[in-house]
Amino acid sequence: MTTTDSAFPGPVDYLDQRTGLGSAIKTFARKIFPDHWSFLLGEIALYSFVVILISGVFLTMFFVPSMNETVYHGAWASMQGVTMSEAFKSTLDLSFEVRGGLLMRQIHHWAALIFMAAIVTHMMRVFFTGAFRKPREVNWVVGFVLMILGLAAGFSGYSLPDDVLSGNGLRITDGVVLSLPIIGSYLSYFIFGGQFPGTQLIPRLFTVHVLLVPGLILALIGLHLFFVVLHKHTQYPGSGRTDKNVVGFPLFPIYVAKAGGFFFIVFGVIALMAALFTINPVWNYGPFDPSLVSAGAQPDWYMLFLEGALRLTPGQLEVVVAGFTIPLNVIIPAMVVPGILFTALAAYPFIEAYATGDKREHHVLDRPRNVPVRTSFGVALLTAFMILILAGSNDIIATQFQLSINDITSVFRVLLFVGPVFAFWITKRTCLALQRKDRELVLHGHETGSIVRFASGEYIEVHTPLNEHERWLRVSYEAHRPIEIAPAEDSRGVIRQGYRRDRLRQRVSQLFYEDRVEPVTPTELAAAQSHGAHDAIAPPREDLDHVESQPVGGGQHFVAPISQVTPDERNL
Amino acid sequence: MSAHDSTPHDSGKDVVVHTPDGLPDRFSNPGHPEHHLRRSDQDPRANKRAELQVVGLFLISVIGTIGFLVAYFTVTPAGTPSSIRNSNLLLGLGMFFGLMGIGLAAVHWAKSLMNDHEKSEERHELRSPEPVRVQAVDVIKEGVADSAIGRRGVLKGAMISALALFPLSIVVPLIGNVGGNWNVSTLKHTMWKKGTRLTIDPTGRPVKASDLTIGSVFHIIPEGLDTTAQPLEEKAKAIVLLIRLDPRDLKIAPDRVGWSYDGIIAYSKICTHVGCPVALYEQQTHHLLCPCHQSTFDVADGAKVVFGPAKRPLPQLPITVDSEGYLVAQSDFHEPVGPSFWERLK
Ligand code: HEM
Ligand code: FES
Repeated sequence: MTTTDSAFPGPVDYLDQRTGLGSAIKTFARKIFPDHWSFLLGEIALYSFVVILISGVFLTMFFVPSMNETVYHGAWASMQGVTMSEAFKSTLDLSFEVRGGLLMRQIHHWAALIFMAAIVTHMMRVFFTGAFRKPREVNWVVGFVLMILGLAAGFSGYSLPDDVLSGNGLRITDGVVLSLPIIGSYLSYFIFGGQFPGTQLIPRLFTVHVLLVPGLILALIGLHLFFVVLHKHTQYPGSGRTDKNVVGFPLFPIYVAKAGGFFFIVFGVIALMAALFTINPVWNYGPFDPSLVSAGAQPDWYMLFLEGALRLTPGQLEVVVAGFTIPLNVIIPAMVVPGILFTALAAYPFIEAYATGDKREHHVLDRPRNVPVRTSFGVALLTAFMILILAGSNDIIATQFQLSINDITSVFRVLLFVGPVFAFWITKRTCLALQRKDRELVLHGHETGSIVRFASGEYIEVHTPLNEHERWLRVSYEAHRPIEIAPAEDSRGVIRQGYRRDRLRQRVSQLFYEDRVEPVTPTELAAAQSHGAHDAIAPPREDLDHVESQPVGGGQHFVAPISQVTPDERNL
Repeated sequence: MSAHDSTPHDSGKDVVVHTPDGLPDRFSNPGHPEHHLRRSDQDPRANKRAELQVVGLFLISVIGTIGFLVAYFTVTPAGTPSSIRNSNLLLGLGMFFGLMGIGLAAVHWAKSLMNDHEKSEERHELRSPEPVRVQAVDVIKEGVADSAIGRRGVLKGAMISALALFPLSIVVPLIGNVGGNWNVSTLKHTMWKKGTRLTIDPTGRPVKASDLTIGSVFHIIPEGLDTTAQPLEEKAKAIVLLIRLDPRDLKIAPDRVGWSYDGIIAYSKICTHVGCPVALYEQQTHHLLCPCHQSTFDVADGAKVVFGPAKRPLPQLPITVDSEGYLVAQSDFHEPVGPSFWERLK
């Protein structure tokens, strides 16, 4: 093979002969991705993770993961002569003696907070739009594991500087671990290498934080994005978009520029935050000492829900059975409640598929209003999460608003049960109302505000019918119905095998889809428009093709596929 | 690309069921909306302006990075809060402009200058076609036949045992070593014993009863803490709060008579919830508050829980005075301190 007759210049030719690069370029360079601001949330998670890696590598060069004691004689005056661990001292040195070190520390911490926030909002986007439906259930699970790993990364990093705050965080962790029946004290020894606090934890945590967790996250991000490419990204509903196509812009050059640029924007914003806002000023807290604690201390935001759950559970739940202590006042908030919240989240795609009985692939996203029970369930879960976060700040709320902490706690105890139920109810009502409003709009068009008077003396408001694109957005969804099952008895009156199982499934399905609003059908629209003598119809708002601009009434034109001329080399 | 462009969009290919009045059951997809041209597509001047803006943004980035380097070499942090803040601010701003310039330039370029015609690509079902599935099954069957594993139960069993057991050679030493000496019974005891003096945390100065006025609180560690093998571990269990009340306010349980000294009473400082140091004392109410989850203990009444997620009172350290008048412990605590665990009462 010579290079003279090849389309590839020398170096590319060299690589292609060894890697088959050419085929990859051909396949991927012009791949189509749909565009929407909410798809950026996953990208923010990805980019803030890259920022975490970059700043983290910088920090590892100077951080000393050791609990050996040393005496401080550095630049920070107020800590002169204080005995502290080498981990804490190296954190002070990173902040005050390594030039740009404080910036890197703050970038790393802000990026971690943004990473978690992006993961959670990205997950909400995927949830509320139904992007987790077939074939993406597996990727939902991968994403879910990434979220848990994100928590682990944040927690292990938070504990490394060995300051008073992080030490107390570990103390609480130890208390939670100890609460586990039978294995509690052994697990505590496992974690701390003996009694709390020990001398092993920080070096071990360091390995977990810089090697184990990021390695797993990296591998799973790889898998996550592989699935995104394999499945091709979902798209929002709209004209021309179906479950069988993907409409958007090519990877090269549009997304190379947009997504590449967006990386720099995310990094830039994080750098700005690190420049302007101090985060985790450990030099004010001082080194860890088991007898010190500060009031109003808060963990990072993504841990607050656990803190809140611990605060809300009344102590009476601790019991002693046959001489063994079972601290349910810790086990329930620290393990059972998050266990339920997380299992419900991880399993949701499978639960919904079970209720829907739908085996098709879905690539067009749902508008949240069109799946009222899912949306309400998500809002209820978020409400519980928010209440726990607020409960985790109850002391701050108390001091800010001059309220009694006991009262606030009691209110939150009630709210935790009432809030999600109320949120579910109100969200479901709202979704159904929005769907009805959509129907109304499709059937009667936009209000124009102009009133006309008929010869008969009757006044009516002129309505403009929706154009076909506006209409399609509102009628293209599918209102699932509860699944139907075969009757309990066969023709000879014998109870059918598996009936009970089917019946259960039907019940679940009814829970989901009993209340629903069906999309407008052409027949309904035709009917509305023909007997809608009191709805004077103005011409459509946008210039549509000839069929649409005819007087509306018969509705027959919906049958004929409208020919679309596409001057811009796009398929129909 | 050509493949995409000739793909017919399949809207309306869904089953069109006609209702009696001749209308379909559902609306059909109207196809892609029309493409709108941007200013920069129509007006060469707007196009040129956008290009200049992109160039300008890249230049801002270059200036930002140069600014970062200047700040790095000229602004020396000198250990004072303000010098460190300044250095951090200037470096951060330089970095911000260096990054943001590139980011905005790229996005602006994509939005205003690159071809913005939407394109469409076909999706394919992920499921492998049935013939491929059949072949896959055949391939596996062939492999199983080649391996001859099907007929050899003992071999299968031996293989599974070997594979299941070998991780033990990694896991056992790991677990064996990682927990230190695994002597969890040390959780139940502290270094307090008969005659150990109560000393001030952190100076280690012994305390006399006369040092405490009514209402005062001392943070206490046992004498000799610094010379123990593991001071932090001992301290994490042994810290005590020493409080003096008016003896008339103190309710003393019958089994604790003689544990306090003239209104001076000592409690473990470790919260019985999940172990934070209990630190906030309110003189009027005699309440001790744990700042972590707000468990509240009544010092006057055996440190019983009056509110919050803790269940048990703070353990009390029996104290007295020695011959020189220093406060000393009568013994260790009579129960394990700190958070609850399974075998704490065994
Ligand atoms: C380390 C954290 C994560 C990173 C870096 C990440 C990154 C991404 C990116 C870049 C995309 C494509 C753009 C987008 O749709 O936003 C994506 C899609 C997706 N993610 Fe994540 N993600 C993470 C966590 C999660 C979590 C926690 C879930 C849910 C449990 C999840 C579920 C999904 C799903 C189902 C898709 C496909 C969405 C679609 O095609 O519409 N991801 N992810
Ligand atoms: S540790 Fe004291 S209340 Fe939780």
